[in-house]
Amino acid sequence: MTLTKRDWQSITLSAVLLAVAACLPLTGDAYMLSIGITIAMYAVLATSWALFSGPTHYISLATAAFFGLGTYTTAIGIENGLNYWVTLPVAAILGAVLAALVGLATLRLSGVYFVIFTLGLAELVRQVVTWGQNISGQKGLYILTDITEVHIYWQLLVLAAIVYLTGWAIGRSRLGFALRIIGDDEEVARHSGINTSRAKILLFMVSGATAAVVGSMLAPRYIYIEPALAFTPMLSFLVVIMALLGGTGRLWGPLVGVIPFTLLWEAISSSFPNQTTLLLGLSFLVIVYLLPRGFVGLIESGKRKMREREAFA
Amino acid sequence: MKRRDLFGLAAALTVTTSLAGPLAAQDALKIGAVGPKTGPLAGGAAVTFWPNVQLWAHDVNEAGGIDVGGTKRMVEIIEYDDQTNPGETIKAVQRLATQDEADFILAPYGTGLNIASAPIFERYGYPMVTHTAISDQIEDLSGKFPNMYFLLGGATGLAGGVVDVLSQMRDAGEIGSNVAMVNVADAFGIELAEAARPQFEEAGFEIIYDSSYPLGTQDLSPVINGAKDANPDAFVAWSYPPDTFGLTEQAQIAGLAPKAFYTAVATAFPAYAGRFGAAAEGVLGAGGVFADGDAFKDYAARHEAVTGAKPDFWASAPAYASFQILQQAIEGAGTTDKAAVAEYIASNDFDTVIGPISWDENNSNAEYWTVGQWQGGVFKGVASTGREGAVPAQPKTGWE
Repeated sequence: MTLTKRDWQSITLSAVLLAVAACLPLTGDAYMLSIGITIAMYAVLATSWALFSGPTHYISLATAAFFGLGTYTTAIGIENGLNYWVTLPVAAILGAVLAALVGLATLRLSGVYFVIFTLGLAELVRQVVTWGQNISGQKGLYILTDITEVHIYWQLLVLAAIVYLTGWAIGRSRLGFALRIIGDDEEVARHSGINTSRAKILLFMVSGATAAVVGSMLAPRYIYIEPALAFTPMLSFLVVIMALLGGTGRLWGPLVGVIPFTLLWEAISSSFPNQTTLLLGLSFLVIVYLLPRGFVGLIESGKRKMREREAFA
Repeated sequence: MKRRDLFGLAAALTVTTSLAGPLAAQDALKIGAVGPKTGPLAGGAAVTFWPNVQLWAHDVNEAGGIDVGGTKRMVEIIEYDDQTNPGETIKAVQRLATQDEADFILAPYGTGLNIASAPIFERYGYPMVTHTAISDQIEDLSGKFPNMYFLLGGATGLAGGVVDVLSQMRDAGEIGSNVAMVNVADAFGIELAEAARPQFEEAGFEIIYDSSYPLGTQDLSPVINGAKDANPDAFVAWSYPPDTFGLTEQAQIAGLAPKAFYTAVATAFPAYAGRFGAAAEGVLGAGGVFADGDAFKDYAARHEAVTGAKPDFWASAPAYASFQILQQAIEGAGTTDKAAVAEYIASNDFDTVIGPISWDENNSNAEYWTVGQWQGGVFKGVASTGREGAVPAQPKTGWE
């Protein structure tokens, strides 16, 4: 693998940005930190979501299922004497396994059937957990650790770095190439000898494992978890809308959606506490109508226009 | 064109935001209130939490404010919707502490949201008197968060209250020993059923029908029909608001009318009597208050006059009481220094709308209501862990 000058530039830029982001807790502003955690959490979730859904155009609403799986893995693990750090890879493996099972069963479905199935998946996992609780007679789980918000924030940043590296590597690999072909036309991909199911499942596993680890990392922040909180469908929708706001065509696309959206959401929550859902709905409409291709689309059409202007000048 | 639209929107937003800014007097005490206005718990919070925030602020300001070391200070409430999402609760409490610089923050609504935000309360030294957190881990929690207090009790006590009430009815010859028990397969339903089983057994009851149903199920007829076929002396459902209503309705349809009929959460809501009218008479439920006491009567009348809604007969009054405790502690300490107020809460007893409150070794109110019953259109407390004013439970006489 050879790296071009441009690659080095992007890598250096990303590393610098990451280092700057890592300094946020040093400001000592806990409020900024709690917003930083929200941004980091959705950045990882939306980017890993876009890794799969961007090239394949399969809209997955299963984020909450993997996220909840991760929180429960950590909660149950810690309760049974596992070290917190051990629960993270366990969550990743479980997330990947669940994604593989789901992928095997459903990635042959396309379009709206896949969307509905993934939405149902979160509910299914939630019901299974509830059933387990009903059998064992135990309700919410407590995760009493010494992990603070700063630790959670840094962990999320490390995970973000891993996700970006993975995404970048996939984009340059045969797998990434295959996925782009699948996204353009699955029939063509299959006729070219690409094992489309395998490619899709592999990527879905990456996405699922990442969401599960995010859930694990946030469990100590919630301290108390129960199914309704861990598997909230709202999470899946927010991840999708943020990724779409940013644009899924580029690896950094979701990030430029997550940051403004989180800040907007924060402004709405603090200024209009009685109308949050209404304004959220309105901002969805605005996003879909004004920015159908997200910020990425906006930036790139801006670039193109500039180039055209230069060409005519 | 489009860009201009967006700018217009942004400008409009900015203007409205600045208008919504601080209107209250300069020296008002800033009190934060975080709770669900949307999401799964919004319905419960709209009955139990938000009206009491409004009533308390009204009461305090009408009396001229809180007496802080000789100066009367009005209160200004800053409200945030946490969307029933612990992440949002954490963020909102954080925002109150650092951005709004709230003097005090009222405890949020619901078990999970209270526990999630406890570390933030702790970090900034805010005392946290919870009114709607029911936990079986109070000892661990109060050990980890020494400023956290609990008013509403625990699951074991709630289940034990039901067993006690049924035992008394059996001793009075009103019912036999056969109990049909069902539970919603979620959080409290599970925990309460688990806590009740051994207690029923120990008291010599036989659980002749034991079943559960999923949260949010629409069709409760199999549950009720199964219970009816068992022909029980008492029916006990560890239920949530939607199914409390659904089970009662289905029992009426199927003609399941034992002498003791118990449904758990939301039986104490005024809406329950509103929905079932005279048929609600004699239904037992979780919670209860000293409904005939002057303190509650006076509180209920003010609640209705100020908020336009009746309080519920369980957590409403404790919610208001938790705000009173904070108020009395500020006045008692004579300062808005959070550490001094927290210290005052820890070392004093309080007189509230639910009566005197003192803390046990786990910062918990050990005397709380466990069972109530609709009697004459009022949900009266029939069992508690030491509260005054319980009335005897009466056998239910059908649904007419």
